[in-house]
Amino acid sequence: MKKNLNGKIATIIGVLVICLYGIIGIPHGVTGAALLDALTQRIHLGLDLRGGAHLILQVVVKDAVNAETDNTVARIQQELQTSKLQGQPIKPDPANPQIIKVTGIDAGKASDVRNDLADRFGTEYDITGSADNSVTLTMKPSQLTELQSKTVDQAIDTIRDRVDQLGVSEPVIAHYGLGDNQILVELPGVSDLNRVRDIIQSTSRLEVHEVAGNSAGYASEQEALTSLGGTLPPDEELLHGDSQGLVSDGQDHVFLVKRVSIVGGRDFRDASAIGVNDAGRQGVNFVLTNAGGERFYDYTSSHVGSYMAITMGDRVKNVAVIKGAIRDQGQIEGQFSKQQIDDLSLTLRTGALPASIVPIEERTVGASLGADSIRQGVIAAVTGMLAVMVFMLIYYRGSGINADLALFLNLVILLGFMGFSHATLTLPGIAGVILTIGMGVDSNVLIFERIREEMRTGKGPAQSVDQGFAHAWTAIFDTHVTTIVSAAILFMFGTGPVKGFATTLVVGLIANLFTAVFVSRVIFDSHVNHKLAGQKLSI
Amino acid sequence: MELFRNVNVDWLGKKWYFLCFSLIFSVAGVISMGLHWAHIGSPVPLGVDFKGGTQVQVQFQNSPDANAIRRATDAAGIKDVQIVQFDAAEKRQMLISLPTPSDASLDAGRKEIVDALDAHYNNPIVTTSVQVVGPTVGHQLEKQAALATLYSLIAMLIYLWFRFELIYGVAAVVAVFHDTLITLGFFALTDRELSLTVIAAILTLVGYSMNDTIVVFDRIRENLRLSRREGLTEVVNRSINQTLSRTVLTSGLTFLTVLALFVFGGAVLHNFSFALVVGILIGTYSSIAVAAPMLVAYQDWRASKGKAAVLPAGKRSK
Repeated sequence: MKKNLNGKIATIIGVLVICLYGIIGIPHGVTGAALLDALTQRIHLGLDLRGGAHLILQVVVKDAVNAETDNTVARIQQELQTSKLQGQPIKPDPANPQIIKVTGIDAGKASDVRNDLADRFGTEYDITGSADNSVTLTMKPSQLTELQSKTVDQAIDTIRDRVDQLGVSEPVIAHYGLGDNQILVELPGVSDLNRVRDIIQSTSRLEVHEVAGNSAGYASEQEALTSLGGTLPPDEELLHGDSQGLVSDGQDHVFLVKRVSIVGGRDFRDASAIGVNDAGRQGVNFVLTNAGGERFYDYTSSHVGSYMAITMGDRVKNVAVIKGAIRDQGQIEGQFSKQQIDDLSLTLRTGALPASIVPIEERTVGASLGADSIRQGVIAAVTGMLAVMVFMLIYYRGSGINADLALFLNLVILLGFMGFSHATLTLPGIAGVILTIGMGVDSNVLIFERIREEMRTGKGPAQSVDQGFAHAWTAIFDTHVTTIVSAAILFMFGTGPVKGFATTLVVGLIANLFTAVFVSRVIFDSHVNHKLAGQKLSI
Repeated sequence: MELFRNVNVDWLGKKWYFLCFSLIFSVAGVISMGLHWAHIGSPVPLGVDFKGGTQVQVQFQNSPDANAIRRATDAAGIKDVQIVQFDAAEKRQMLISLPTPSDASLDAGRKEIVDALDAHYNNPIVTTSVQVVGPTVGHQLEKQAALATLYSLIAMLIYLWFRFELIYGVAAVVAVFHDTLITLGFFALTDRELSLTVIAAILTLVGYSMNDTIVVFDRIRENLRLSRREGLTEVVNRSINQTLSRTVLTSGLTFLTVLALFVFGGAVLHNFSFALVVGILIGTYSSIAVAAPMLVAYQDWRASKGKAAVLPAGKRSK
């Protein structure tokens, strides 16, 4: 009985065409170069194959917590002042920046302070009183978690902006699965990481602080403290500055500034380098955001004549006198190198990182090494595959063609999928391809051996093919499902190269189910259709 | 052309030989791992991926001399440097690694090595690849790899339990465990480093060995359903013999592709393909010599306790 196979054949040709499109798209010609070009456009190669840099960065979330509680300390101070309550908020333990302790409370007033603070800060902090007349504010775990994930998200955004500005093509910047606060950065084609790392990591927080003490600075911290009578007010801090600001004598100076900045970090909207000015110094033009500009205007209009310090990364870069109200534009100048100016304006444009970040893993692969790996991987894959194909033809004769076609189609589907899904082909991925070939051969061997067994019992070609496929099916199904299950788990728990390997294996095995069971079957059936009665199957 | 036809080998009769063979290799591996453990604190030498550290691959203008490199790093005061010829000598590549003590000084090692070499060699050297892994990430990866292996074994056990019977799953997992142990043993014996790609290879061999075992089990299940009067030992023997042709062919061909990978795959994939070459041999062996005999042993044990045979009741899957 002849089977009508037209629909099935059309399906196979359809899959083949779609996958070929996935691999090379519509090439601009049929020359080897045009095809290769089209291929490299569609199939994304991993960093290990094309060269590039891979970084895993740890976000130091504690920084963000610290900044947040610094801010709260200032708010508590204000709150206590307006409520006319005594008390001094401090952060007792640098290792636990989420804890603020209010000390120096008037005897018997502790519960008043606690209630007052609970009204204002109760949603964000757990507030407890203790016997020594102090009140402790601990950031709530939910708040802490939110702050952490917000910090990491912000860091990712900032890094992405910075990398985009550098003009790296197709970078990957994403959460990294292993730790909570890790970020994966992949930069294809970048082999010199130094500058990229500096720019990505740069916390260069530009901030404008109110100068509290002598606008010309002090010669040393000691001198600054002496002028204050020995103790530093809690809302002020000492920052060093080199020969910048109003003084320019090449010495290190210490400035006393208010801890909380007037504007900083995310208040900056844009920046651009300006050339050497009249004073022979280079600078950066900056533009503030609307909100930042409002705040800056309020401050500068009410503080004409006072001094402000422009700080970058905990160093005073410039001290300026406020001559009049400024809304949203300003200039920072100093002795910067061209590179520094470019990097500073880049980091300003992209906003400051919410916390510092530290690299914990770094891999770079040179482009030539990548090319070597491709060549070797491809040679191995092609050699292995050819050897298998030749063997199948010798051992199974006519039916060997089925197996070879199925293997070839398998490869086309696998590569087609890579082209469509933009999955990345890595070196272990190539190994995955080779393994898929092995499993593909196994399915064919299982089926062919079964068909041979059936024929030995004296069945005709059509029935042998039928029975052979039916009997081999459970084994093929079970072996494929178990391997797909384990590869899927590998995909879920693996990272980097292991993931690339798992991807190709899963896709390869699914393709294999289609080619070994469906395609090979159609070829057999069409073969049987054309057989005259009594002719034997070539197997 | 046919390799095997009507083979009639009494596989189960040779189970004591198999047991001896497996024991010798497992024990040799375990001892070697134990020695490594005492020596370096891990059963198998760990690559930069897992133990953390800095590894710089450098291409030299002229054939590099390990002693000269060591003099250069010694002069720069860099301690605990490991220098390995990376590839065939004419490629002039060397792998220079050094442990990273903490996450904080992650970048220092690479710079130290490159600076020392730059200072020592007048002609330019090219760093072709750099790997820097902090100890924290290394430990995370180590844990993650172990968990991934464990989870995939559990998932396979559950799947086989569902499709066959629990004992089939247990036997298959024991066989796979046996293969992994022996392969790791070979890594310990030959002093090869375990890296992330090697973990991928080991998981592949797990899948491959499982594959082989399932093909035999599938045949046992089928034969048991067809002939309920035959003893389990005979059925298992017959099933192994019936699938022998396929086992040898598939293993042979897969071995061929893996061998191509081992020979042509280049140094980057060397340990990876080594694991597969060993794994495929052991995996093929274990499906015949470890997994199938376990089924019979379990059945015999049940019989000695006076319990009914559990095996013929294979789940209907069609």
